[in-house]
Amino acid sequence: MDVDFFVQQLVNGLTLGSVYALIALGYSMVYGILKLLNFAHGEVYMFGAFIGYFVLSALGGSASPSIPVAPLLVIMFLAAMLGAGLLGVVIERYAYRPLRNAPRIAPLISAIGVSFFLQASALLLFTAQFRTYDTPQLIPPTKRLDVGPLHISLTRIIVIVSTFALMIGLTLLVSRSRLGKAMRAVSYDREAAAMMGIDPDRVIVATFFIGSALAGAAGVMFGLVFERVFHLMGFTAGLKGFTAAVIGGIGNIPGAMLGGLIIGLAESFSTGYISSTFQNLIVFGILIVILLVRPTGLLGSPVLKKV
Amino acid sequence: MSRIGSDDWVEQQELRSEYYTGFTGPARKAFDRVGPGPRFFAFLAICAIFPFFPTVADSDFLIRVGVNVLLFALLALGLNIVVGWAGLLDLGYVAFYGFGAYMYAWLSSSQFDVHLPTELVIPIVITASAGLGLLLGLPSWRLVGDYLAITTLFFAQIFVELMLNLDRLTPPWRDEPLDVTGGPNGIPGIDDMRIFTIDFEQTRDYYFLLLAIFAVVVVGLYYINESRTGRGWRASREDPLAAELMTTPVNRLKLLAFAMGAAVAGLTGSVFAAVQTGVFPQNFEVALLIMIYAALILGGAGSISGAVLGAIIIAAVPEILRTPENARYLFYGVLIASLLIVVRPWKRVAGIVAAVIVFGFAVHEIVALIWPDVVVGVEDGGLGGLLDSWVLVVDDHETLVNFAFVFLVAAVLILTQLRGESRMLLLIPTIYLAAFVWENRLVAEPSVTRQLLFGAILVAMMTKRPQGLLGTPRVENPI
Repeated sequence: MDVDFFVQQLVNGLTLGSVYALIALGYSMVYGILKLLNFAHGEVYMFGAFIGYFVLSALGGSASPSIPVAPLLVIMFLAAMLGAGLLGVVIERYAYRPLRNAPRIAPLISAIGVSFFLQASALLLFTAQFRTYDTPQLIPPTKRLDVGPLHISLTRIIVIVSTFALMIGLTLLVSRSRLGKAMRAVSYDREAAAMMGIDPDRVIVATFFIGSALAGAAGVMFGLVFERVFHLMGFTAGLKGFTAAVIGGIGNIPGAMLGGLIIGLAESFSTGYISSTFQNLIVFGILIVILLVRPTGLLGSPVLKKV
Repeated sequence: MSRIGSDDWVEQQELRSEYYTGFTGPARKAFDRVGPGPRFFAFLAICAIFPFFPTVADSDFLIRVGVNVLLFALLALGLNIVVGWAGLLDLGYVAFYGFGAYMYAWLSSSQFDVHLPTELVIPIVITASAGLGLLLGLPSWRLVGDYLAITTLFFAQIFVELMLNLDRLTPPWRDEPLDVTGGPNGIPGIDDMRIFTIDFEQTRDYYFLLLAIFAVVVVGLYYINESRTGRGWRASREDPLAAELMTTPVNRLKLLAFAMGAAVAGLTGSVFAAVQTGVFPQNFEVALLIMIYAALILGGAGSISGAVLGAIIIAAVPEILRTPENARYLFYGVLIASLLIVVRPWKRVAGIVAAVIVFGFAVHEIVALIWPDVVVGVEDGGLGGLLDSWVLVVDDHETLVNFAFVFLVAAVLILTQLRGESRMLLLIPTIYLAAFVWENRLVAEPSVTRQLLFGAILVAMMTKRPQGLLGTPRVENPI
């Protein structure tokens, strides 16, 4: 029984951690390349979740989908990723690019403004009511994997597997492709990269698109697992995604994945074993301690100070 | 051009730029030429009208607005110490405000049956808030910029969570749960303030109390800013490393900034608790933080008069938005004012306004002809009656208005990229679209409108005029 409970919490933590890891990747990539904390990232995630919801209802809703479930899920993910990615690009173009050479506090405040604006827009467009994905209708909970005492529902398997697929794809993109090379170059030294013939603006746009698309996918995953989407969901998730990015070492892609899993596990175990009241306190406490003890995160390398 | 801490080239570049041409150019140029000293005294002269406000304001509601303005002004002034002068991005600022309010509640309500005299409570609140500020300021020694911002934001979150949840925990030395904060229900029934022999009962009394605090804080901050401490803050803001080398005690100054900001916020919080006769966790959430930031950024971080001006705008405008008729005047007034500022040869403004009016009537007529059942008139009299056959008000078409809102945002974004004739052409339907969205949705939902406006203000101010309305441009080395 005890082992049972433990393993169930482990699976919950992995699912939640997948969502956080995907959000963290967006933070981490943007931070790595622009040294900018993209506060609006959580809102992009929220819009991704809503796009997934509206695609689902446009295609008949979960009770009577007009197309088979597998392609429906694929379309939901693609639409949410595309929409969120475009939103990210627009945000970058209008709120961050004019501030490329401004004092560092300026883009941060601009980002807070974008986040607030998007939240209010969502409230205006979608109203304050909760929307539900109603996943049990779509993917029956009876479809599950039974390994001894352990039950993993198909939804959770989909989430965990697609997260790992996205992460592997991203890792390959960053380490193998030309774009990835350009991204690493720009994040290392933007000016030098520009002198080598890389257009930093294009690379930054691509980074924003990819990071935001991952957040959009995370939004749909959250909708599938936890079902309820609402206009305020971006704020806390964004904070936790950022926490994950920082714990792993911001700007560091494997670090973001590791951080996401740590936060997800910490949250689900503290809910399971301590109390759900203080789960946020525990997560934020972990972050503050890690930041103070090791400001560059678990996998981050120390920053050399330029004078 | 020989002021310390200002850069000749930057100032001249401002003067050279196109910014000062156009209809309102000369006025803006004259304004910017007035030095900060004379500007501050002009500001004091304007503040002199505050004491006379209650004699003019006849209703309780207006006094309440005045109290709100002063609360916001004090908060913005406190935040200005940390953000404007010391350059530390403190996103946990509301926690100090909330802490001050809860402190006052614990020391003068029936929650623990403690009813200390106010003249004792206030020093305790100030000291405790400053102490908390010192404590939460400690991370600023190790963390800078974004990391500090996020850590302090977590402190603010933790504060709200604690206040929400510290009502049912059982401490080890007791058998039953101890109710410290009242949880989501907060602490009601807080005592009124009574300082020596003066009782503060009505909102009007608190207005004058806040005004006295405001005067002390403004004058105090002015002299602190002019003092060695103020220079030290600005030096460590611009370049901590260089300042440290010049023997400026950077770390101590950071803590001092946090402590002073927290003290001002805590004091303001205690008055807030007394005015409201209750404290609730939802009073101290991130939305309030954004409003204080919007006030400070709008007015100009680093400037006392800027902080106050921003607070007046941010606290008073939402009250105007409350009644549709006033909101309308404000909306169309701002629209025309911004046209006057943005559109260069001012004769064009007349052309655009005429074109928008014609465009509106045409659209209204066409839609009324094709789908007569869609069009609903504007009901109110006054300005509403004037708009009746111009702006399209539709019935029960939420989706249409939602799309219009999305298109409006897109159009505004595109507008910022266009130049010349095409910009003027797009401006006409955009203005009409704005009026359409405004009349159909935003007028009815002041709280959402407020959020949208504040978010947009922050972004627009940062991209167009990062120093705010009254601030001075800063020089900082981009990293």
